[in-house]
Amino acid sequence: MTIAQPAVPVDLAQPGPVSLILRYLRRNKSLAIGLAILFVLIAFTLIGMLLVDPKGAYPLAAATKKPPSLKYPFGTDFFGRNLLVAMVVGMWQTALIGLIAGGLGTLIGVVLGFVSAYFGGWIDTIIKGVCQILTPIPVLLIQVVVAGSLDKRDVTILTMALIVVMLAWMGPTLVVRSQVLTMKERQFVSVAKLSGVSDLGIIFKEILPNLLPFIAAAFVGQVFAAVFASFYLAVLGLGPLREPLLGNIIWSAQGQGAFFNGWWWWPIAPSIAMILILGSLALINMGLDELANPRVRRTE
Amino acid sequence: MSLKLVIRRLLFLILVIWSASTITFFIPRLSPRNAIRERFAELARSGGFSPGDLEKIIASYSQQFGLDKPLLQQYWDFLGSVLRLDFGYSLNKYPSTMLDLIMQSIPWTLTLLIVTTILSFLIGNLLGAIAAWPRAPRWARMVATPFVLLMGVPPVLMGVLLLFFLGFRLQWFPLGGAYSIGVVPNWSWGFAFDVLRHQVLPALALILGSVGGWVLSMRGMGVTIQGEDYVNFAEHKGLGGITIFRDYYLRNALLPQVTGFALALGTVVTSAIVVEGTFGLPGIGTTLNNAIRANDFPVIYGIVLFITIAVATLMVLMEFIYPLLDPRIRQN
Repeated sequence: MTIAQPAVPVDLAQPGPVSLILRYLRRNKSLAIGLAILFVLIAFTLIGMLLVDPKGAYPLAAATKKPPSLKYPFGTDFFGRNLLVAMVVGMWQTALIGLIAGGLGTLIGVVLGFVSAYFGGWIDTIIKGVCQILTPIPVLLIQVVVAGSLDKRDVTILTMALIVVMLAWMGPTLVVRSQVLTMKERQFVSVAKLSGVSDLGIIFKEILPNLLPFIAAAFVGQVFAAVFASFYLAVLGLGPLREPLLGNIIWSAQGQGAFFNGWWWWPIAPSIAMILILGSLALINMGLDELANPRVRRTE
Repeated sequence: MSLKLVIRRLLFLILVIWSASTITFFIPRLSPRNAIRERFAELARSGGFSPGDLEKIIASYSQQFGLDKPLLQQYWDFLGSVLRLDFGYSLNKYPSTMLDLIMQSIPWTLTLLIVTTILSFLIGNLLGAIAAWPRAPRWARMVATPFVLLMGVPPVLMGVLLLFFLGFRLQWFPLGGAYSIGVVPNWSWGFAFDVLRHQVLPALALILGSVGGWVLSMRGMGVTIQGEDYVNFAEHKGLGGITIFRDYYLRNALLPQVTGFALALGTVVTSAIVVEGTFGLPGIGTTLNNAIRANDFPVIYGIVLFITIAVATLMVLMEFIYPLLDPRIRQN
């Protein structure tokens, strides 16, 4: 079979990287929308952190129970937090938890997954076994036990992140492990091995670069999971109670019967903020999956 | 399924339960918090007894709960009591045991869980199958899209929004609780209707949050099934579209979803618990919520362990059921 020559001479000029990325985003809609929402949220938080006084996010900073107005766009709550400021600080803290826990979880997962798959043997058996045994246990509930055992003063943004990461490294470990296992058998690895490249050289120069899309997807997935888990803990009243973490605000609104008393704006602002955060992360995750796994790319 | 496999899975289940019990045993004991001291110090502050009595009470409670024994002995006793499903006493409502509290609240949780899980499984899979079915009308294929968009929203937040729009603004549904305030529970249609009305919003929150996941995985599955030879063959035999959809396409695509069902179980249960807390339904979630608010540690740990064991057991059981549904697996 002969390959048909294009009738019109094709412009062979390479498009720049920015336009390539834009072109890709036009095809991968969920990635584009997710990134757009995330960008707006980051802008809101960063600009907010520059403009507002974080003190407004803590109790007794404003008049209590004021509905949304020009002075307080999101209203104020029963304890006198300015909810606009609380949103800014709360999102900042949520981002901190997500990045710390997501980063640590991914790092542990990548290291363990690599070690497990590349060296095999009893190390692999142990790591895989521990992952498999811990997987059916509902992670949130164990996190409830950990958070509940802590002294209330010890529950901070950092400890929240550590609690979340403690039981959330199994997912990335298994993903990286299975990817390394298949990649190990590819020809470019055998070639490298035959040409005398060391173990570390193969890991860092041959396998790791090929794994980057999977690691990126695992990272976003971990950030999502960490934000989700810390949110659930806070909604159950196990968060750092003084901090204006979004889940905490919903928890205290529910505890004070916000809807029964007609203070509807109190739980609404943090709920919408959380929906936007989780929604954008979920969309980005879906988009990255499509990038990393050509098999699930849509056939349209 | 061979006997060897069954035994291996059962051993696995025992390992899971043992690790969960060990974690819930050791973590609280590693912590500097003394649950009994905190509880009674709180009571002492509100008046009632002298600090000298406080020490005596703490000592006698510690003895009651077996906290004065050596750690290994406690651990051993604890594992024994887990086997007997005996999770000890509540600190807050002392004479009642953990099992009493769980038994009081579990009917509510189970009803909500079973109804919402079945509904979202059915709706999600049907919509997902239609979305991937090329011969379905365009509007029918679009129905699934909003559910997919709602997928990232945790059911609790869905609950808050539903409470705001349908409960607070439109006042179609009550704002929380299991039945209207002032109503005495009784066996009448009026009461049943009242309870049902209070269940609609939490159920809706759970369903809306979970349908999207089924839609997505079913759509992926449906696309692969369409290319299978038996579907082509059925088409060439001249079977009607509905028959092919129902008997050749849906049934085969549905099977792997059952596995997904087992995997989703943990998430489903935890979301139900959190949603219950938000709506103040008297299920396990509210019991857990109250225990957290009252620092009733035995109850927190008991509930966690109970649910963990239940979820892990169900997951392994589902694996046993799966070969009964799929003859192709039975042969291997």
